[in-house]
Amino acid sequence: MIQITDMSKIYTMGENKVTALNRINLHISLHEFVAIVGPSGSGKSTLMNMLGCLDVPTSGSYKLDGQEISKLKDDRLAEIRNFKVGFIFQKFNLLPKLSALENVELPLVYQGVHNKEAKQRAMEALATVSLKERMHHRPSELSGGQQQRVAIARALVTRPPVLLADEPTGALDSKTGIEVMNILKELNSKGNTIILITHDNDLAAEAKRIIRISDGEITEDKEMV
Amino acid sequence: MKFIQAYKMAIKSIVSNKVRSFLTMLGVIIGVGSVIIAVGVAQGSTASITSSLSGLGSNLININITGRGSNRNVTYAEIKKFQSDNSTIIANIAPQSSSNATVKSDNLSRSTSVLGTSPEYADINSTTVQEGRFLIQLDIDYNQKIAVIGTAVANDIFKGQSPIGKTMKIMGQQFKVVGVLTQTADGVDSSTDDRVIIPISVATRLNKSATIKSFSAQATSADTVDKSVTILTAFLTKIYKNRNAFRVTNMAAVLSTLNTITSTLTVVLAGIASISLVVGGIGIMNIMLVSVTERTREIGVRKAIGAKKGNILTQFLIEALVVTGLGGIMGIIVGVSTIHFVIGGLKIVPEVYSIPWILLSFGISLLIGVVFGMYPANKAANLNPIDALAYE
Repeated sequence: MIQITDMSKIYTMGENKVTALNRINLHISLHEFVAIVGPSGSGKSTLMNMLGCLDVPTSGSYKLDGQEISKLKDDRLAEIRNFKVGFIFQKFNLLPKLSALENVELPLVYQGVHNKEAKQRAMEALATVSLKERMHHRPSELSGGQQQRVAIARALVTRPPVLLADEPTGALDSKTGIEVMNILKELNSKGNTIILITHDNDLAAEAKRIIRISDGEITEDKEMV
Repeated sequence: MKFIQAYKMAIKSIVSNKVRSFLTMLGVIIGVGSVIIAVGVAQGSTASITSSLSGLGSNLININITGRGSNRNVTYAEIKKFQSDNSTIIANIAPQSSSNATVKSDNLSRSTSVLGTSPEYADINSTTVQEGRFLIQLDIDYNQKIAVIGTAVANDIFKGQSPIGKTMKIMGQQFKVVGVLTQTADGVDSSTDDRVIIPISVATRLNKSATIKSFSAQATSADTVDKSVTILTAFLTKIYKNRNAFRVTNMAAVLSTLNTITSTLTVVLAGIASISLVVGGIGIMNIMLVSVTERTREIGVRKAIGAKKGNILTQFLIEALVVTGLGGIMGIIVGVSTIHFVIGGLKIVPEVYSIPWILLSFGISLLIGVVFGMYPANKAANLNPIDALAYE
């Protein structure tokens, strides 16, 4: 479902060229739970930006759900993100002035889904993360764990083929971190493809496949048994 | 994303920042308000000037004889015959010959203006008497030495006694007072109260000059004013053989000149007032640039979850439009109520509300929202989602 072939990303800063990703090849299938692990500066964030269609590679090919992404313009990328990627951020990134329900509705609003249907689907997504009772609360009225669950609901609501979680437990204490990881595992067992980006080996160990990245290259790719 | 949702988001953002939104609107409120007040004052003064001028009679035509380049003259009899030949167009015509003179009763005197004219003068200028009678045609035909006097003259030289039937001296000649003109001004001496009216035939002898320097004529209706001017000009040209020897003017021409002046005044005042609208627009741009910077992360999140450039642009533009639109509406309320309570209350000029100008200033405030909102909205729309998400 994800097919990356010879993908490179080179940043030009003045006269210096920095190779963040160097001819990477990667295949991820449907229903996988993959952890991408690497220290900061390894190219892990760049890879996540590519996978999330926030940026396009300098060279090489990236196919998501059968569609070539690497040559698309900004607005087409936005559409792909809207329909095919669900983001879960370290800092939740909920909009503070909207209620939990409105935050979850937002991707559907950009899809042009009708009001009533958007509300219905957002409530279902919130029910999946057991937060239906808190749907009218604002993010500031929710705990960190609850906020991250709202963010997961927002990622889920469009039923995207890929959920991209960037250090999803990074801003949480260990107990709520485990709760969030359990939700992700449960979502995977229901068939969602999950890509977890982290620098934490213990967290990565929860995934079914670990891809290590260092200096812009994949150094290890192993399936957990 | 549907328009209504972008609109709801804009309202939400404005409501959650009440003080800032109000301060941003203030520029537009003051701008729109001052345009409406300025135009109201200008048009109010125009209305008041126009109404007092048209009270003088818009059918009025003045003929001034300069005599330049001609040694012929027009007599009272000639012009009176001309009028009666064209009575369907020119209703009345009255000669006017005025001079200054000292008038005396037995022991009191006053310097005043003496106007020689005919009975038609009363109809043309809506002059009435409060006592006695005005001139009649017989007075003119028989050179009667009679006078109709203004209240200022009456009070001065007859000291509270009824002047009717009394005699007075004008330039040494004895006149009998037959009427007192209705007082026009309250207390103050006005030129219409401070004068003596005598028959034109007597006046020309008194001045030892047969030349009548001016006539006032009245067209039968507003529609025949132009035609009256034309035939009078033709008639006088035939007599004087020279277009420069006289001048025919009418009130309509004066009014139209006045209208040009006052409409220029309106535009100038509105123009000055609209500078504050532009300043308000710059204020909006300023605040919106701050708002875009503050909300960089929000924009990043929106873009990450699928907002296109157009979605972000629309959101910020609608915010600007709602701010300027609300500001415009409040400005209209401020402007209209100022005219109603302050200008209407002081009764300096009549209350005038110009609907086209109100709509125009509202339209301009929306335009300012688009123009000055475009740059910040565009800046927001073009943010890179990765950088925006990383913004602290």
